[in-house]
Amino acid sequence: MSLLELKDVSMEYNGKVKALEHINLSVEQGDWVAIMGPSGSGKTTLMNIIGCMDTATGGSVVLDGVDITNASRPELMRIRRDKIGMVFQQFHLIPYLTAVENVMVAQYYHSMPDREEAIAALARVGVAERADHLPSQLSGGEQQRVCIARALINYPVLILADEPTGNLDEANQNLVMQIFRELHDEGHTILTVTHSPEVGAAAERCVVIEHGHMKAQ
Amino acid sequence: MWSKYKMFLTMVFYSMLRRKTRLFITLLAVAVGATIISGMVTVYREVPAQMSRAFRAYGANLLVLPSGERTEVSDERLKEIRESLSEYEIVGIAPFLYDTMAVNKQPVIVGGTDFEELQKVSPYWQLEGEYPRAGEKEVLLGAEFAQKLGAKKGSSVTMSAGEGKAVQNYTVSGIVRTGGKEEQLAYVPLAQLQRMTGRKGAVSLAQVSVVADGDRLEEAVAKVAAGTRDVTPQLVKQIAHSEGTVLGKLQALVLLVTIVVLVLTLICVTTTMMAVVTERRKEIGLKKALGADNRDVVLEFLGNGCLLGAFGGVAGTGLGYLFAQSVSLHVFGRGIEFSPMIAAFSLVLSIVITGLASLVPVRIATSVDPAIVLRGE
Repeated sequence: MSLLELKDVSMEYNGKVKALEHINLSVEQGDWVAIMGPSGSGKTTLMNIIGCMDTATGGSVVLDGVDITNASRPELMRIRRDKIGMVFQQFHLIPYLTAVENVMVAQYYHSMPDREEAIAALARVGVAERADHLPSQLSGGEQQRVCIARALINYPVLILADEPTGNLDEANQNLVMQIFRELHDEGHTILTVTHSPEVGAAAERCVVIEHGHMKAQ
Repeated sequence: MWSKYKMFLTMVFYSMLRRKTRLFITLLAVAVGATIISGMVTVYREVPAQMSRAFRAYGANLLVLPSGERTEVSDERLKEIRESLSEYEIVGIAPFLYDTMAVNKQPVIVGGTDFEELQKVSPYWQLEGEYPRAGEKEVLLGAEFAQKLGAKKGSSVTMSAGEGKAVQNYTVSGIVRTGGKEEQLAYVPLAQLQRMTGRKGAVSLAQVSVVADGDRLEEAVAKVAAGTRDVTPQLVKQIAHSEGTVLGKLQALVLLVTIVVLVLTLICVTTTMMAVVTERRKEIGLKKALGADNRDVVLEFLGNGCLLGAFGGVAGTGLGYLFAQSVSLHVFGRGIEFSPMIAAFSLVLSIVITGLASLVPVRIATSVDPAIVLRGE
């Protein structure tokens, strides 16, 4: 059974605007899949559905054996919290919390904050020595690594990364991609949305979406 | 579980402390409200006492008359009156003895009194000249009577207790205007009138000025009645009633202003909290994306609101006391005591107001869609 199974997924807004049509996608445990496509192609809509932040208007979505097609908002919140780790293009670190506190926030909403474990997660991505710095005191690359540590802290079954290198310089891009490669090697399942051909090429599989349709896989 | 509380407090504290500009603006809104509320509540509570003192300038509020068939009482009773009112702030007790005498052969009612006490009880008397000095043969003439006699300050007049009685020369020490019956009378020191009329130790009535209003004044009347023999205390209803009316209106005005300020504070804090929510929309979306449910968001914002209320309340309560103190010193010329009860009330009210003001913004916060973090809004 696939870790993530999308069957004939469609998304319409107000019954008129068709953002996605008949999307079929299967992601196995340990896969690294890149979703690519131009702006407005429906990538973000697909991310919202997979990330349990929205529900499809047609088709079915099963994540880790749970059918999330018609899940209520509280159910989606619980599934998102327990099964998904998110990495954002703009990092989205809470500006008034230190790096380690930002990681602990994810633990706080999931189960129980544990500083030692949060430090270990930061060490895993190479920023443990910056644990007590505020995001404004960190470089873009460091912020993204904190964001990855936060995504990993609750042992998610799926890492969802939205343009993870979109705001980074080349050196930091390479650093972050190296971390993703290591995570993949460790068996993590990764789904990235990207414009970058380099990020797309690093993935095992690339899915292209245009005008809400899946063009290539 | 402790680490969960600790994390909650970390988020609530640092969301304010590490965002100093926003903290300052919000705190200012709460503190200004708390200052005015605490100040106005203090003024509201203090106004009756302060105004009561101010009203004492308009004359006695208590008259002590001989009881029953008596026409006079012993001046020893004055001490008993003072003792009966020991728990009250007594402005003055002025004894009066009245008798008919001839001044420059014109019959007139002469009042004998203690001029020192008289000045405390009736500070509104307008005097041209001086009050008669004890031991000196000096007389104070009411303006109307002085005009009748054609006497002025410094004039010499004769005084006699009646036909066949000794005639003595007195100097007019001053002319008094009150706008009342006092202008038709003449006044000499109490002991002199007692001697001239042979009524040693006698007093016709006593005017008492005591700092009390409403029910407390009624209590004072009862205490004098119970603690002093041979006398009947009476309220000077005109004064007591006017005092009650003015105080009531003044308190109503202060209460109205306090309520208006309360509502304005509520609006101001709500607006500021809404700005905070708008500013933190992305953060709320992120927290929801990380697994926060609506309860978590509500608790964090209410925690923020209550903490702001507490900080602003502490600052505002202190400033409010200084504000009330300044109002009291400038308007009434007297300071006021710090009231822990008002301080506690003001602090709790600040927390409640900020909590209430947070309700609408919190409702908006719970409606934030977690998907905004993926849209890059």
